[in-house]
Amino acid sequence: MAKSSKANAAVHPSEAEGVAREPLVLNNRSLGWITDRICGIVENRQPLIWWVLFVPSVIGFLCLVFSLVYLVSTGVGVWGMNHPVAWGWDIVNFVFWIGIGHAGTLISAILFITRQKWRTSVNRASEAMTLFAVMCAGIFPGFHVGRFWMVWFLAPIPNSNGIWQNFKSPLLWDVFAVSTYFTVSVIFWYIGLIPDLATLRDRRRGLAKKLYGFFALGWRGGNRQWRHYEMAYLILAAISTPLVLSVHSVVSFDFATSVVPGWHTTIFPPYFVAGAIFGGFAMVLTLMLPVRKLYGLEDLITGKHIDNMAKIILLTGTIVGYAYIMELFISYYSGNQFETDAFHLRILSGPYTWAYYCMFFCNVIAPQVFWFKFCRHNLWVVFVIVNLVNAGMWFERFVIIPTSLARDFLPGQWGYYSASWVEKMLFTGSFGMFMMLFLLFIRFLPVIAISEVKGVLPESDPHYPEWKHLREKRRVSAK
Amino acid sequence: MSNPSSRSNDLFGYVAEFSSASDLYHAAEKVRDAGFRRWDVHTPFPVHGMDHAMGLGKSWLSAIVLGGGIAGSLTALLLQFFTQVSLYPTAVQDKPMNLFTIPAFFPVTFELTILLSAFATVIGLFSIILLPRWNHPLFNSSLFAKFSADGFLLVIEARDPKFKREKTRELLAEIGAGKIEEVNY
Repeated sequence: MAKSSKANAAVHPSEAEGVAREPLVLNNRSLGWITDRICGIVENRQPLIWWVLFVPSVIGFLCLVFSLVYLVSTGVGVWGMNHPVAWGWDIVNFVFWIGIGHAGTLISAILFITRQKWRTSVNRASEAMTLFAVMCAGIFPGFHVGRFWMVWFLAPIPNSNGIWQNFKSPLLWDVFAVSTYFTVSVIFWYIGLIPDLATLRDRRRGLAKKLYGFFALGWRGGNRQWRHYEMAYLILAAISTPLVLSVHSVVSFDFATSVVPGWHTTIFPPYFVAGAIFGGFAMVLTLMLPVRKLYGLEDLITGKHIDNMAKIILLTGTIVGYAYIMELFISYYSGNQFETDAFHLRILSGPYTWAYYCMFFCNVIAPQVFWFKFCRHNLWVVFVIVNLVNAGMWFERFVIIPTSLARDFLPGQWGYYSASWVEKMLFTGSFGMFMMLFLLFIRFLPVIAISEVKGVLPESDPHYPEWKHLREKRRVSAK
Repeated sequence: MSNPSSRSNDLFGYVAEFSSASDLYHAAEKVRDAGFRRWDVHTPFPVHGMDHAMGLGKSWLSAIVLGGGIAGSLTALLLQFFTQVSLYPTAVQDKPMNLFTIPAFFPVTFELTILLSAFATVIGLFSIILLPRWNHPLFNSSLFAKFSADGFLLVIEARDPKFKREKTRELLAEIGAGKIEEVNY
């Protein structure tokens, strides 16, 4: 202890005595091991299961293309929507997919500016998931407008009729929010990829070297580059943080600023954002649990990562549960007849009460098992729960959107909506496209951010030799 | 290579390898103190505190981004006022058609601010760090390719006024470099 006062001055915060933390990378893996393991996924042959998943995904994608061609060539009547329900599965799926994207941005941006170092193992794949989810999301409102070839009317371009867009409409806000979100997510993802593309470039030969080298832009990893690169990354994280919160708020404005009972509620923006993060983390875990197992990444994506994500699911799921109950309470407390009736129909006597209880069970009750550590650490339990959450979040959007429209102000215009086979095929196909893109991403790009994971190893700290002895001492005393 | 003086114009500089981030950090402090200007360290990840060890200040990229953000806000406000108030006012949703419409303009203003900030970040970054640049003398070095896996490299360029072929090599060996390689253009 004689040296302790001197040593403590240079002690890494996570290694100070009395603070025992699980390492982010297990088994003291070296820099070379990390490079080999992650690049190996791209360089080696894919396991059989990759093909087993890829072929059906491509078939699903073709179903998507087919149903869109059928829709455009025949007309919007092939969807099951009619008066009074004009927003059906298309908008449900749009909100579902865009919500999934939010977890990727949360991991890459919000956890970055809050210095959560565990994000480094999962951020790359989550950001890829964000991009693919937003691509899937974009299809639905694009075709929902009816005449897809007129979609360019959404852009503020003066057209031949001299008509300008209505900037006071939440639907136009949505166009700006979603397109900005996609563009910024692509930029953030690509900037993060550059050092890893350089790693792949330096390991490959021939055509692969040329291709990776082209996209690595000649990255040389000099500190005179890194210091601006790190600032760029920080700025992108800082602007993505309010962006991701704004996107789902704006999506919720599509509903909240209307007068339909069941939509017209002020709780929507925070409730939608919490739900988006909730559903997105469920999708991250759905994808990462198999990837981790298949490619032997257990030392990089550890139990601690899964534990943390399960805790976030528990927290956001509970916020969502609070919002459900608060909506019910306010509908009763407001004394507004239409509001009370809308929620009465939603939970007791309406035609869609089954969907409400599916949603409530999957989103509020099921994740409560994550209070228990053994549930957060049992991968099968986690996998089952996150898939329930995936389904539950789809039901949430279904409960909000068509069921409110089906029971409007006048009983004379009530109706019942169910999707046609074209909508079902389109939705299934969007999963095919999502999986196809994600599998191609695994095949061709580093699934874990190599340079970022290296940066969180203890020996990456230039002052590591000064506090190494404390780490060794604690390891001995722990044994 | 045996007759250095005849080929000195071809020399780009030295690449020296160090064994860890910590060694490289302390070596950088010494090169900084020796007064070199045209040198850099190449690492697989950004080493925390290296800017200080190299005597570099804070990145000024943020100033460019601020400019981009302001341009985004102004573009959005002008676009919306011009089209909604003067060119094509729409009387909908009981919202005013004059300058008091501004709360309805916030979402688009916010999004365009973010969008142009992001563009400014990318364009600014690539302009400052001079990428893309696919050819560089360092790519001729076999040692240099290690930087992207697990190499901690220090490069001193021959263009540096303090660079002396023999003395600089000695300095590098003295501050703990393992392998030292000459890189030619």
